[in-house]
Amino acid sequence: MTATTEAAAPRTYAAHAQPLWRRVLVTREASIIGLLLAVIAVAMATVPNFDSPLTVTYLLRETAPILLIALPMTLIIITAEIDLSVASVLGLASVVTGLGVQAGWPLPVAMVVAVLVGAMAGAINGALVTVVGLPSLAVTIGTLALFRGIAVGLLGTTAISDFPETWTDLARTNIPGTPVPVVIIAFAVLALGFAVLLHFTPFGRSLYAIGLNKEAAAFSGIDVGRSKFWLFVMSGTVAGFAGVYFTLLYNNARGDNAIGMELQIIAAVLLGGVSIFGGRGALHGVIAGVLLIGTLGSALRLAGVTSDIINVLTGLLLVLSVVSASALSWVHQRRVAALGRRRGRSPGTSS
Amino acid sequence: MQSDTTSATPALELSRVVKSFGAVVALRSGSLRLHDGSIHALIGENGAGKSTLVKIIAGLYRRDGGEFRLRGEEVDFHSTAQSKANGIAVIYQEPTLFPDLSVVENIFMGRQPTGRLGRIDRAAMRAEATEIFERLGVSIDPDRPTDGLSIADQQIIEIAKAISLDASVLVMDEPTAALSGVEVDRLFSVARSLRDEGRALVFISHRFDEVFDLCDTVTVMRDGAHVDTMPIAETTVDDMVRMMVGRDVTEMFPKLPAEIGEEVLAVDGLTQPGVFHDVSFTVHAGEIVGLAGLVGAGRSEVARAVFGVDPYREGTVHVGGAPLPKGRPRAAMARGLALVPEDRRRQGLVLDLPVTRNITLAVRDRLARFGLIWGSRENESARVWASRLEVKTAALDTESGTLSGGNQQKVVLGKWLATDPKVLIVDEPTRGIDVGTKAEVHRLLSQLAQQGIAILMISSELPEVLGMADRVLVMREGRLTGEFKREQATPEAVMLAATADEEPAR
Repeated sequence: MTATTEAAAPRTYAAHAQPLWRRVLVTREASIIGLLLAVIAVAMATVPNFDSPLTVTYLLRETAPILLIALPMTLIIITAEIDLSVASVLGLASVVTGLGVQAGWPLPVAMVVAVLVGAMAGAINGALVTVVGLPSLAVTIGTLALFRGIAVGLLGTTAISDFPETWTDLARTNIPGTPVPVVIIAFAVLALGFAVLLHFTPFGRSLYAIGLNKEAAAFSGIDVGRSKFWLFVMSGTVAGFAGVYFTLLYNNARGDNAIGMELQIIAAVLLGGVSIFGGRGALHGVIAGVLLIGTLGSALRLAGVTSDIINVLTGLLLVLSVVSASALSWVHQRRVAALGRRRGRSPGTSS
Repeated sequence: MQSDTTSATPALELSRVVKSFGAVVALRSGSLRLHDGSIHALIGENGAGKSTLVKIIAGLYRRDGGEFRLRGEEVDFHSTAQSKANGIAVIYQEPTLFPDLSVVENIFMGRQPTGRLGRIDRAAMRAEATEIFERLGVSIDPDRPTDGLSIADQQIIEIAKAISLDASVLVMDEPTAALSGVEVDRLFSVARSLRDEGRALVFISHRFDEVFDLCDTVTVMRDGAHVDTMPIAETTVDDMVRMMVGRDVTEMFPKLPAEIGEEVLAVDGLTQPGVFHDVSFTVHAGEIVGLAGLVGAGRSEVARAVFGVDPYREGTVHVGGAPLPKGRPRAAMARGLALVPEDRRRQGLVLDLPVTRNITLAVRDRLARFGLIWGSRENESARVWASRLEVKTAALDTESGTLSGGNQQKVVLGKWLATDPKVLIVDEPTRGIDVGTKAEVHRLLSQLAQQGIAILMISSELPEVLGMADRVLVMREGRLTGEFKREQATPEAVMLAATADEEPAR
């Protein structure tokens, strides 16, 4: 490589190496959205009743908690951390809502307290990860059991199901004139907020840097610990809100609500193109990923497929998506390495 | 044990060995002739090519050219196993033992003697280990785990391993760097007894007193090439220093005259126990202060502490007369501090992010409008710095990791210049980049000083420091040991302050 002389014309740089259509269409997110549309099209054509409004309503009602919690989960996984305690926080918030109502609080007060309990649970996770410096995988496996234990302990095996009808109806109401439940409005607002935060703010930029190279992020003046702490608080808060919704939707506050949901959420996030190693992923892919799993399940159920077969198919889809992602990145790395060799900078290789 | 039949045939001989990594030539012409029953010193500045030479002997690297003979026979090692099989043992500064295994198990790792039915013969292993330790005159419990042993003891275990392998050539790469006085004495007596058994030893050290104390022959290297080999009795410290640095440094880098203004950065009594002690210095606007010293002298640690990514226990840092809080890189950046770190691939860049995102990473808050950041504004800012530094890339969304080392360094420089710093700390700004880019970086630093930026430049390359700096500070073992004005800063004086044990005359 020779030095450019000063007389050389100033360099011009293209903003992108590839044309717009390639950057938009040849992505992981685009392929998941494409797959989702294909599943919808095939199901509409072949599965009886799939196109009925009721199907849409039930599908969105049931996937709403997953959609909600997947938003902060995406940000957490992009920083190469994970929060396995979300379903337990959901259960805890559900129990708190129920106990509040049982104690005679007005429901809105109980709801706010439940969301705050969720935020506190998130803060505990965040503090253990960032202040104490433990890996989030270990911390949140621990708090998964801890929060669930508290939830079940508080309420025992009983359930509370005497919630005011105005509120339980609200959880089941659709936006007038559509088959879409009103909870989707809350989701849309949150999704917009998280999308802007992740993709259009300096904070969002720093999350990708943290996930890809924590050390370089710290050397760039990014407060790695503080950023992660607030992500865990967000995750707890949203899980708390999802807990309140879950309670009202099923008119049922129980300690074991939504057991195992954390794995469905993480699976959908990964299917949506977020790398478990951090630093890669986008929110629209995640939303498509959640809807893809939900739609596929719903269509198969309507077609009379048993739930174990549905599980097998969903699992297969996930495995395939992970395999294809690592296959793609392997190809990419080979290309980068080949480029590096051509530039003659490959230390360690002998002649 | 060595049958010293042909004393004329060297135990090991390297002649005009060449090794390069891509565009970077690590070894231009490395030569070394080693005789049985001798301790041979190998000295040179950082980057002179000593370690590359050792790694070729050890079989870690394969040479690109030149000759490599072992007892007169041409050899070409593809692996460390081959080198070991030919009786060569290399002992590194930080031994790599299995911490959970016992001393004996480490010595015989991979070639445990077996008794009947293929069982490992523990008694035989233990007996041999004990016998070796007795011969070396050291007392280490052969049954204890190596975890928790001092570095000195771990080196002895490596040596014991070499003896049990019946190695005839032992290379010790800076073995004394982490040892105390008593431990050095013990190592030396072991080394002497090995020499008396007829083995050939190579000893790499930056400490001249040790070289004179232990060795009988010395080879000096500089810039990847052999300078001279002579008996130790016929040389002096001054001769060796001159040979290590001897080169015309004034013409290499055009230092532009800059007006030196008021004090911008003032560091006072900075101390972090075990890392650096009582470090005080100032940098003025328009001034380039060089911070010289050997690798491991604590220079980078001081820079990181000043910037706030590393902690310090005592002392103060002032920027523009006002104190800077500890451990807050963000606060440091807000006050106009910038740090181009030592390891650009790990600390300077996020390799998987595009050029644009890297250049704008430190200014992302400033680029935001109403809290929002847009790709077009990032591209605009990145384009300015990429073209000002002449980064060679076709598109701004190229992953930074695919650029060459020199271009990566330009991206890091652009990232920090984009913050419009008042104080720029550059740590090894030209390490591992090609000659052309190196000159560009030097010209850039010179121009920045002219614009009134205060620059602290850490560099292990003496010519770079002497060519660029208005003032040279020298660190050794965590302390400032010398300060020289540009006129006073001779290679000999700086090298002496970086290596000598006595406090040098200022």
